[in-house]
Amino acid sequence: MTKNNMIELINIHKSFGSKIILNDLNLKIKKGSSTVVVGGSGTGKSVMLKCILGLTNPDSGTLLYKDQELNEKSRISSKFYTKIGMLFQGSALFDSLTVWENVCFGLVQGHGMQISEAKEISMKNLKKVGLDANIANLSPSELSGGMQKRVALARAIAANPEIIFFDEPTTGLDPIMADVINNLIIELVSDLGATAITITHDMASARKISDTIAMLYDGSIIWQGETNSIDSSDNDYVDQFINGRADGPIKLNIYE
Amino acid sequence: MFLVSFIGKITLGILSETGRSVIFLFNTLSNGFTRPFYFKAVFIQIIRIGYNSLPVIGLTAFFTGGALALQIYVGSSRFNAESMVASIVALGITRELGPVIAGLMLAGRVSASIAAEIATMRVTEQIDALITLSTNPFKYLIFPRVIAAIITLPILVFIADIIGIMGGYVVGTMSLGFVSESYIQNTINIIENKDFISGIVKAAIFGFIVAFMGCYNGYNSTGGAQGVGQATTRAVVSASIFILAANYLLTSLVFTQ
Repeated sequence: MTKNNMIELINIHKSFGSKIILNDLNLKIKKGSSTVVVGGSGTGKSVMLKCILGLTNPDSGTLLYKDQELNEKSRISSKFYTKIGMLFQGSALFDSLTVWENVCFGLVQGHGMQISEAKEISMKNLKKVGLDANIANLSPSELSGGMQKRVALARAIAANPEIIFFDEPTTGLDPIMADVINNLIIELVSDLGATAITITHDMASARKISDTIAMLYDGSIIWQGETNSIDSSDNDYVDQFINGRADGPIKLNIYE
Repeated sequence: MFLVSFIGKITLGILSETGRSVIFLFNTLSNGFTRPFYFKAVFIQIIRIGYNSLPVIGLTAFFTGGALALQIYVGSSRFNAESMVASIVALGITRELGPVIAGLMLAGRVSASIAAEIATMRVTEQIDALITLSTNPFKYLIFPRVIAAIITLPILVFIADIIGIMGGYVVGTMSLGFVSESYIQNTINIIENKDFISGIVKAAIFGFIVAFMGCYNGYNSTGGAQGVGQATTRAVVSASIFILAANYLLTSLVFTQ
């Protein structure tokens, strides 16, 4: 039986020392969907993403990729990293490389493409994200934060990935640039027919780019549903979060 | 009770750090000798570690050789053994000071720079980005630096040996009144292959220490700017201590037999 899930997290636990970060987390990401995981700071969103990407290992639980277990070995045998794209919160562009070299890094290293061919694809992708060809030879440090984000986006989509991960794609950007990034995400994910997994606490962005939203609280998914049903979730935690109220069941320990 | 707990904590800390560094070394070697190989990255590191360190190494070696000649002259003149200056400068530079000074200078210059660069990559998620772009950071970042340092430090020490001896020669002939030909002849007569080779072997080991400490501390750094600073300090301090300790061990192995 085909479950039609691209990624599935089953009973994932992760602790750092005595601090429990993920606590029996369960989440299903359907193929072709755009799922946004929302939640406050420190709720474990980034750790969840790192578990899927293999940047940290869960203490227990199972990760599935196309219904096959995802672990250190299978990530290599299934060439998992050649099928994904990742947009990091701080862009994570390589300082030592130029903009175009950053964009085609995965194509050259992961896919073994010739530099000349990869450079051509770099230029096309820079154009796709609205950047001019004359920035291609600049160093990432010479670009503004918004431009760096777009270069990182161009890098994430360079290899036509089947899954794209976005870590806080609009954090630190002005509202107009945030909307530009949101529009690019919608357009690029739709063009590629990719599955998108985004973590953010920016509800405006979440509403715009997703068709499914899941809310992470205290290390577990406490609600998951279609984006247009989030306002009628009947979940006090979700209501408090999406309306940004200080009063409610979610208590912040501001001294922590 | 406090003392026992303190000793226990220190012991556990040392054991866990040793374990982590052995695992790091295993990952470096097991990944470094398998495909793909990043020859370009190795070449870039050879230039950065080796070529760019030449002025520092050259100047340090020259002044060390000169100071050594002056000190030996003062000491040996008390026993009317001034003629030994050239021989002792040559042996001191090739056996000890060449590799140790070069190693310590590289610990300050290269180990710090490697640690700061890799730690910054760690805190800005560039190492995570490498992984998601199908690139093993041990192959791409760590191994090229380690192998480049192992290759370049012996070459730097070879150059430091020559410049250091030259420093002694310049001071000896221009300030201490030695005759140029006899100074050179004494130098050539005293140096055996063993002296020279032991310095080069030491240099390769020091090269490994310099790069490994930089990579290890940078890769395992945590936190932001403070973490980068701590990683850099740890890299320089640990590389310097390990170089001096390894120097003693190697010297006692080679010269006490």
